[in-house]
Amino acid sequence: MRGSYANAWSRLTDSMLFLPTVALLLILVADFFLIPGFFKVELKEGHLYGNLIDILVHGSPTMILAMGMTLVIATGGVDLSVGAVMAISASVACVMINPTVVGMNLTDPRLFINNPQYTWAPLWLVIVVPLVIATLCGLWNGMLVSYGRIQPMVATLVLMIAGRGIAQLITNAIQIIIFNDTYAFIGNGYVLLPFSLYVACALFIVAWLLTWRTSIGLFVESVGINFRSSFYSGINEKRIKLFAYAFCGFCAGIAGLIVTSNIRTSDANQIGMYTELDAILAVVIGGTLLGTGGRFSLMGSAIGALVLQTTITSMLSFGVAASAITAVKALVVIVVILLYAEQVKTFVRGLGSLSLRRENAR
Amino acid sequence: MPESTNDIVVMTGIDKTFPGVHALDNVAFSLARGEVHAIVGENGAGKSTLIRILTGVDRADRGTIEFDGRAISIRSPLHAQELGISTVYQEVNLCPNLTVAENLLIGRQPTRMGFGINWGALNRRARECLRELDVDIDVTRPLGSYSVAVQQMAAIARALIVSNVRVLILDEPTSSLTGHETSQLFKVMRKLKGEGMAIVFITHFLDQVYEVSDRVTVLRNGSLVGTYATKSLSRLELIRLMLGRTIADLDDMTAHKIESSHHISVETLLEANDVGLSNVIDPFSLSLHAGEVVGLAGLLGSGRTEVANLLFGIDKPDSGEMVMNGKPVTDFSPAGSIGRGVALCPEDRKAQGIVADLTVRENIILALQAGQGWFRRIGTKRQLEIADKYIKLLNISTPTADQQIRNLSGGNQQKVILARWLAANPRLLILDEPTRGIDVGTKADIQKLVISLAEQGTSCVFISSELDEVLRTSHRIVVMRDRAKVTEFSGQVDEKEIMQAIAGSES
Repeated sequence: MRGSYANAWSRLTDSMLFLPTVALLLILVADFFLIPGFFKVELKEGHLYGNLIDILVHGSPTMILAMGMTLVIATGGVDLSVGAVMAISASVACVMINPTVVGMNLTDPRLFINNPQYTWAPLWLVIVVPLVIATLCGLWNGMLVSYGRIQPMVATLVLMIAGRGIAQLITNAIQIIIFNDTYAFIGNGYVLLPFSLYVACALFIVAWLLTWRTSIGLFVESVGINFRSSFYSGINEKRIKLFAYAFCGFCAGIAGLIVTSNIRTSDANQIGMYTELDAILAVVIGGTLLGTGGRFSLMGSAIGALVLQTTITSMLSFGVAASAITAVKALVVIVVILLYAEQVKTFVRGLGSLSLRRENAR
Repeated sequence: MPESTNDIVVMTGIDKTFPGVHALDNVAFSLARGEVHAIVGENGAGKSTLIRILTGVDRADRGTIEFDGRAISIRSPLHAQELGISTVYQEVNLCPNLTVAENLLIGRQPTRMGFGINWGALNRRARECLRELDVDIDVTRPLGSYSVAVQQMAAIARALIVSNVRVLILDEPTSSLTGHETSQLFKVMRKLKGEGMAIVFITHFLDQVYEVSDRVTVLRNGSLVGTYATKSLSRLELIRLMLGRTIADLDDMTAHKIESSHHISVETLLEANDVGLSNVIDPFSLSLHAGEVVGLAGLLGSGRTEVANLLFGIDKPDSGEMVMNGKPVTDFSPAGSIGRGVALCPEDRKAQGIVADLTVRENIILALQAGQGWFRRIGTKRQLEIADKYIKLLNISTPTADQQIRNLSGGNQQKVILARWLAANPRLLILDEPTRGIDVGTKADIQKLVISLAEQGTSCVFISSELDEVLRTSHRIVVMRDRAKVTEFSGQVDEKEIMQAIAGSES
């Protein structure tokens, strides 16, 4: 019995989800005591409101980015360009709704202002084309990393820097305002819960099926752990990397659409700014090893994104100024580094055997 | 023969076990002042472990070390250095972007009244040190701008700069040097020897053993074969000692092998016609048949692995053509080879074989899954069936199939990698050193497995540094030397002839 208790403890603490879940719970417990009414959720006009809902809404772009970033990091790489790719995707979508800024002559420009349904390109294209372009951006990163054999950080830095410029070029450096209500629904709509949350959930399921219902997940881990062994085993490790970066680009594309729809404008300078760092942080909190890659957990990354957003929302409710939030994030980084240190892990693992020893002594 | 009083290092009864491997078994080694003492042996023989113990990197489990007449235990590399044991490793581990002088004196730089570096003195010291080795170069230039030979000299100079060096260990210093550079190094070695330095020289080039060493110690499989005066030992004898010849009772296996030789198919499974890759391996021709075990014999670096890599598509040949099953091979890649039914169990288990963080189950199904592609995933239940089947078949000792492979012993890891390839159902299985660093029992298991695979119609290529192992398992033996195929033996094979072929004409 005792043995099985210690065994269960070590199995629990060895799970990749252990630390992120504990972190999330700890923050929520702290919120419960420190911030009155933090857990209040109200139903207004068929919509749910409250801090918890806010966390989910604001956390969903990071969650979406983290899905793709997880695969990239698992292959032993990193993608710094997701923020810039978000901006590109947003700019493309906006231009397709309102191409006047790029010099296209439309019969009646006032259509945009007067008609909340007007869009130049059909709405499905407005969604599909940016996603295709974002995926191509990811492919470009993947090409540089796998076939060009460039360090992932350097390779994706190219698009990180160039991406915003490209996004500006697409919109002629003009911020396009979106009047189309249907499009705005993506980032603002509610179906009891915010629509973007459904998108994030759907993407999570797609990512999970794509990795674990196929052999891609195994190959990604294998390539991350030992790409030579993987190559000798007949895995096309270059194609696996290509896939990971392309998928990461695709996710960034979706996040870009959600954000631009949410703020109803194409702000190429601001959309996705620093989100690559949030995504990386979420993945790291989720237990996937940055730099070495290998074993990954999509669920861990999703929880990681929530940990990050919960911290931020809690701090805002607690009265910390929005401008000081980056300092809070830095705090999260430090805590993560400490928590994931091997010494701490050994210590936590030891707690199980410690209680076992105590029982034995008794 | 040096007298025992002249010995500076005497190691006796050295024993060292790593998880799963008995690296050194009761090994004795002595080193005299003013001698060059070569240590030879194939990979896994225990050369590097012995050196690591002598330099304080590893501690021996048992045994005594006497240094200069006193019994000591070497606690750390630093301690070894303080004693006067200096080592130059195979890979030059200096900083190419620092100057030669900086490299030589880093950590010992002369200072100016305790502050800052006295650059003038630094460069002067460095120049003097190198001149002692007959190397006259500009020490203020980055080390990386010089040839590997000069860098090697700098590494030696750095090893000698430590005051009172009495033992110098050179771990394969010549592997990246040209003939001329090597002879320059030997000149330095002789000079140091004349000054009373005791030099340990590790190499796998037998010519060099004969050129420069006074005595030679042969290790095999972690055991001491013996220490001999180089002059009195013939080349052929040395190779025989290195490759070994155990007089175990192997009649059963041999009978099995002869029996199985009747099943060898006449049709060719894979035919290589003048396949080669320039600067890697000379063009060779080879035909493999179903049900046949072809052994590749030769010393380390003779081109055995290179042949395996070409056959499996790790490297793409730039000459000749390969025909498998009557169809010319165009897709040279592991993935393509798996599609054709070719498997390679690679030489370096750690770097090319295992995926450490994955489970035994995942490691076993990896190649099979790679062959099936991304979207036809093998279900978890089926994976477990396959894994359990091979765990039982190969007697892999692991608590469960879902144990991470990193927690297994070397021998069991090797079995898992074998299982990976057996699960892929190959028609041609290439085994590159499948028994290296594995205990004797597992070795015999693997050899039996190879023969029984052949009986079932698989064609096997068996590469091993141990000649008796090759002899035992193979129907046909191909001898490699200096990155070329030398000859082929089939039928009744005379061991001596093979050794002659391995050694080359000079013997």
